[in-house]
Amino acid sequence: MSEHVTSRGLYIAVWAALLALTGITVAVAQVSLGPLNDVVALAVAVGKALLVLTFFMGLKDSGRLLRLTVIAGFFWLAILISITLADYLSRPSTDALRGVPPASAMARPERR
Amino acid sequence: MASHPTALAHHFDNLEQQREASTFGMWVFLVTEIMFFGGLFTAYAVYRLRYQEAFAAASNSLLTWAGSINTAVLICSSLTMVLAVRSAQVDRRKMIVLFLCLTILLGAVFLGIKAYEYRTEWQEHHFPGAGFRFAGPDPRHAEMFFSIYFCMTGLHALHMIIGMSVLAALLLPAWRGRYNPEWHNPLECVGLYWHFVDIVWIFLLPLLYLFGAHPR
Amino acid sequence: MDTANTPAVEPMPELELPRTNYLNAAYGPRSWLFTRDHKRIAILYLASVTAFFALGGFFALLIRLELLTPEGDLVGPDTYNKLFTMHGIVMVFFFLIPSIPAVLGNFLVPLMIGAKDLAFPKLNLASWYVYNLGAIFTLWSIIHGGVDTGWTFYTPFSTTYSNSYVVSAALGIFIAGFSSIMTGLNFIVTIHRLRAPGLTWFRLPLFLWSMYATSLIMVLGTPVIAITLLLVAAERVLHLGIFDPALGGDPVLYQHLFWFYSHPAVYIMILPAMGVTSELVAAFSRRAVVGYRVVAFASVAIAVLGFLVWGHHMFVAGESVYAATIFSVLSMLVAIPSAVKVFNWTATLYGGAISLETPMLYALGFIGLFTIGGLTGVMVATLGFDVHVHDTYFVVAHFHYIMVGGAIMGYMGGLHYWWPKISGRLYPVFLSRLAALLIFVGFNLTFFPQFILGYLGMPRRYWSYPPEFQVLNVLSTAGASVLGLGYLLPAAYFIWSMRYGKLSPANPWGAVGLEWDTDSPPPTHNFDVTPIVTRGPYDYGQQPALAPQEAPVG
Repeated sequence: MSEHVTSRGLYIAVWAALLALTGITVAVAQVSLGPLNDVVALAVAVGKALLVLTFFMGLKDSGRLLRLTVIAGFFWLAILISITLADYLSRPSTDALRGVPPASAMARPERR
Repeated sequence: MASHPTALAHHFDNLEQQREASTFGMWVFLVTEIMFFGGLFTAYAVYRLRYQEAFAAASNSLLTWAGSINTAVLICSSLTMVLAVRSAQVDRRKMIVLFLCLTILLGAVFLGIKAYEYRTEWQEHHFPGAGFRFAGPDPRHAEMFFSIYFCMTGLHALHMIIGMSVLAALLLPAWRGRYNPEWHNPLECVGLYWHFVDIVWIFLLPLLYLFGAHPR
Repeated sequence: MDTANTPAVEPMPELELPRTNYLNAAYGPRSWLFTRDHKRIAILYLASVTAFFALGGFFALLIRLELLTPEGDLVGPDTYNKLFTMHGIVMVFFFLIPSIPAVLGNFLVPLMIGAKDLAFPKLNLASWYVYNLGAIFTLWSIIHGGVDTGWTFYTPFSTTYSNSYVVSAALGIFIAGFSSIMTGLNFIVTIHRLRAPGLTWFRLPLFLWSMYATSLIMVLGTPVIAITLLLVAAERVLHLGIFDPALGGDPVLYQHLFWFYSHPAVYIMILPAMGVTSELVAAFSRRAVVGYRVVAFASVAIAVLGFLVWGHHMFVAGESVYAATIFSVLSMLVAIPSAVKVFNWTATLYGGAISLETPMLYALGFIGLFTIGGLTGVMVATLGFDVHVHDTYFVVAHFHYIMVGGAIMGYMGGLHYWWPKISGRLYPVFLSRLAALLIFVGFNLTFFPQFILGYLGMPRRYWSYPPEFQVLNVLSTAGASVLGLGYLLPAAYFIWSMRYGKLSPANPWGAVGLEWDTDSPPPTHNFDVTPIVTRGPYDYGQQPALAPQEAPVG
């Protein structure tokens, strides 16, 4: 069966990169960078995930269908999180952020 | 018609089709897992947005060193997993078994460290419920953080246990030479699952452990 | 495969069942309970979903009996809460969602693509057992007194305040959800990887496009309700208070997570019925569906767009007005591909040679009733209107027009169309037409008055109501009795036909499709020779004149 056998060297290089990125994200978290902390942390996590997906999970050698499948999965998760957050973030003033329930929710008992 | 090779199922035309179908099926399953964990990530996002201080304080009380070491442990286990599959590709039967055993062992190390964390959190009264105590400005919302923490890490640990069980079940067939360059798809599929569980943890580390670490 | 046996002196050709088909290939409970044959698994599912349909119908009967009178006099208020909850849970999760996919889909997907079985036969059997395990958990809850939270399990009532058996019902649905996921996964892989040579995507019958789109929803959406209900159970059992108000838990977050699945779930229920309708309209107009590619793409569009509209269930729950507006607009957008299908079916009928066999009666009923349900859906998608009719019987009528007038009619049409293929038998024609009529009349009598009731202000899930609503409620209950009778008839004559029905030829309708190119019932391995496909799915124009023994049953 013709199948691409990845070299041990490449796997070990990816492993080393993953460990290095882990070290970086732990180190950066110790320093206060304001909103940049979250950005860096998520970016590193996404980078690590991409390394695992591409090299360990074989996506670099897979066909279009599998890549599309993975993209669809993360895209659907993005739909769930982003539209839900869009609701909270577009509520009047900062009620949602301060944990104060909006007035309408207090006015009638929640029973449907 | 010549007899089928033993791995070929009757409803497939050839091993290649079977392998492609099986691998595709495992990826579709992983998509369902993305959405399954996704619900928890959504809850996390909403509540962290609302209760930022409490979440940061609660996150700070977690054992970051344990979470970090566990991340490294899982990364190593992904390496051993992928080397197990590679061993089948290059027909090294005993190496398959060795790498599978190492993967399981590393999984056990992960669970051991996790158990230690849980025990510590239990002793600090950080387990949600009637006995919850938190020395901080907003214990109610800190308890929400811990509810999410235990749900996410608990679900992840459950997936680890299932993965380790399946890996253990593959040891005997691997020892008996069932996996070879022509057919090693079960190893590939379990590998995909194992790497996925690793990816979940890759996101749990910063989201649960790291964001409260720095002074605000 | 020639199944007609014509002895020299007989006045009429004698038909025999094919000597070995999937039904008589092996006997005994073990040959059924451990089967891997997708056709037998479809029959197993048929038995299970029919049983749950009867159970859900029983709850509906009690609801309608209570609502005959304005006072709450038949059952107590808590019991009434349990009745509509259990009716919803049983009908949605244990009947509607599995029905067409697990019965007709399981039976037909491999046949329609020229394969010997689904990609994962053992997974298929496992999905039936998982369904039953979920059913057991839910039945446990029912037997011990039921759940009273509404099938929607809204928090914090379901997590904190309800004293009913929430955990086992939630777990039952959680488990049954995996059955759904397994089925969807199986269909996706099968349709991608096991198509016969020459069967390109655009030669697939539209039923398969619908099953594919449905499977996408099953796979992408079901896990979210799974985790959500698991969290409800975890909160009640382990005190992990994700939705606990005392910890800052948010009921609207629950609703976001719940409806993210449960809205696309309604497309799980309707897309398969649309797929059946495409097949029926083609077969009984004897022409290809107009705009095949448009209908195929519309199926996928419905699946995708259906994931973007869930907030229209939460217009008055406290979501932001901006989110509500966007959800409203998107909800109207999702109506477009559905409407396109209705136009295409109508155009197909217009140029076709229509024969009003029983399956066609159901297809026509589907088109009309689904249109009403869909249009009222656009009405409730309108923010200003929904504020008035939310939580009234208007909404109840809307979704029953879709789910019963649409989905169940599609299911019944499909059962009647493919029954000869499934069983090798024909059902009594007069009774089947009578049943279709009773179902159509009974359905409209049950649910049309509910539009009026809702518009006039009668709330849903209420155990009593103001006396001025009684006349319409009595009409509705009367309709429900007729509807119930209409459903009992097919249950009876289908079972009767398995023993005493006339034997069916391989292709009683003279329809075009790979499933009709094999015996009725098919052999276990479906096709003796893997078919090679060279033409489109509805090639009626090139069909030679029908041989006498394959004339449509009249």
